[in-house]
Amino acid sequence: MTTITRADAAAPPQPRRIRSASSSADRRRQWWGWAFVAPFAIVFVTFLIVPLVLAFIMSLQTSTLAAGTTFTGLDNYVKAFTDPLFLEGVGRVLMFAVVMIPAQLIVAAVAALVLDSLATRLAKLSRLLIFVPYAIPIVIGAIMWGFLYSPRFGPAATLFDLFGLDAPNFLGQDTVFFSLVNIVTWQWSGYYMVIIYAALRSIDSQVYEAARIDGANGWQIATRIKLPMISSSMVMVVVFALIGTLQFFTEPLVLRGVAQGAIPVSYTPNMYAFTLAFSYSQFNYASTIAFALGVVVFIGSYLFLFLTRKQSGLK
Amino acid sequence: MVALPVSTDRDAAPRRRRSSSGVSGGPRIGSHALLIVLALYFVIPLWWLVVASTKSNSGLFTGSGGPLWFDDQFTFFENLSQLGSYQNGIYWRWLGNSFLYALTGGVGATVLSVLAGYGFAKYRFRGRSAFFALLLGAVMVPLTALVIPTFVLLSGIGLINTIWAVILPSLLSPFGVYLMRIYTQDAVADELIDAARVDGAGELRTFLQVALPLLKPAIVTVLLISIVATWNNFFLPLAVLRDPLLLPVTVGLNNWQALSNAGAGGEQVWNLITTGAFVSILPLVLSFLTLQRYWQGGLAVGSLK
Repeated sequence: MTTITRADAAAPPQPRRIRSASSSADRRRQWWGWAFVAPFAIVFVTFLIVPLVLAFIMSLQTSTLAAGTTFTGLDNYVKAFTDPLFLEGVGRVLMFAVVMIPAQLIVAAVAALVLDSLATRLAKLSRLLIFVPYAIPIVIGAIMWGFLYSPRFGPAATLFDLFGLDAPNFLGQDTVFFSLVNIVTWQWSGYYMVIIYAALRSIDSQVYEAARIDGANGWQIATRIKLPMISSSMVMVVVFALIGTLQFFTEPLVLRGVAQGAIPVSYTPNMYAFTLAFSYSQFNYASTIAFALGVVVFIGSYLFLFLTRKQSGLK
Repeated sequence: MVALPVSTDRDAAPRRRRSSSGVSGGPRIGSHALLIVLALYFVIPLWWLVVASTKSNSGLFTGSGGPLWFDDQFTFFENLSQLGSYQNGIYWRWLGNSFLYALTGGVGATVLSVLAGYGFAKYRFRGRSAFFALLLGAVMVPLTALVIPTFVLLSGIGLINTIWAVILPSLLSPFGVYLMRIYTQDAVADELIDAARVDGAGELRTFLQVALPLLKPAIVTVLLISIVATWNNFFLPLAVLRDPLLLPVTVGLNNWQALSNAGAGGEQVWNLITTGAFVSILPLVLSFLTLQRYWQGGLAVGSLK
């Protein structure tokens, strides 16, 4: 498709003649281009550029009751990157990224591959059921899982009893990490599955025929042909998941109420920034953390896209 | 996690299909079994919610059928009417707020995305490439990083604790613009636009009558994505709203849950939380089920590029 546009732009003499003949029409068209983009541009500047700049400016200042607001340069950043609570939070979301993204990717890819190989009514129904959690607000999903994990309400005791086992404490200091991984996997895998499934559907099935004639079995077709052919969608999914994971906030905040003591207020950098801003009114330091986190996420996802540019076709 | 042991099973299964000329039930049973396991994992929590919404406060603890089956007492309708009276029926107010925020924010974001996507795709104007590059970068800016400065900005202009504090920032959807641009480039041929111009249609009329009808599938997708995003929104309203009457249902239910966890008997409204959660997910779940045709192709538009 890019080739088509390019061919259009480079199309021989004709367009050039039109352009030189009516440069006022050209200028009017320029104006219209901006007119279409302008409403979005206003929102973009007001709610993205301005807050980003504001966050950066605030992060360079410190407010105290005694001295008011003073310019303190990079002091807040030095403070943040030596603040054990912030560093622990960053380490924790990185751990989440390492565990949670593969978990979601595996569930989504397996589901998509199985669905792609079946055309039954059950497959159609399953595709819907796997996707449904995406339509449920994250807070509601987290509240629901909070109930399910709870020893008082949850079915865990009953289910584990069937096998003669004691239900584990899902909300303990060590286990809550995996309980959170499970919530996110449950909520997002279906969405990623739809993306991967659509990419699989767009592969020409003659490719499979050819592979089958060459003696490839189903497993080989899945791992050597299907997965490599949809790598650009996989890259996309990983970037989405990465951006989401590094700003982890809602699920741990909701579970905090249920898992007494297992989740501190500084569990993730975003929770820490929120607490600093709205419980302690330290808006300058909170902005520093939010901005630092934003930069980390941006660089992280940009780097990932750069490293995988071959797979994603974004060369 | 569920997937690992079963995938080895898949390894063996298709091989069997080849040897028995494809008609055998073997491999399909393996795949179907895996599918059922997956579907159960995704559905059991929802089933629990359906069942829980029919129980009374004490039934949730000591129900006769256990957590995954109905209690002797079916109190769904009592729960509903209690939702209507508890704290003067504030729950319905919250649900109404969610609708208001999601519809105005979602529709607004979609309109802006369609206009901007069309502008980017079909016009050459100065600054276009630079702006679009900036926008692509913005897709990767974590929106929660903006909540605190947005709070400061909004309190500077006196909009904190008003509906605008939620609606206006929700209008921003760089990803929507990106999707619309990609889609418009393919779906609306340049020749078509030129033909309309030659026939004397103005730019606006060309857009409304020639381009817009062709963009319908992408518009529905962007609309769904933006509505889901606003409906889901939690961090922003949590930060910018104080008045309980303005909260969306997500923040409201979270408050009830926090109170029930911390509070004593009278504040424990577990049955209202479960019923409220169940009712609040119905609109979106139902619209996804009925609009399947659109989102199944549309959600992947961006990734196929």
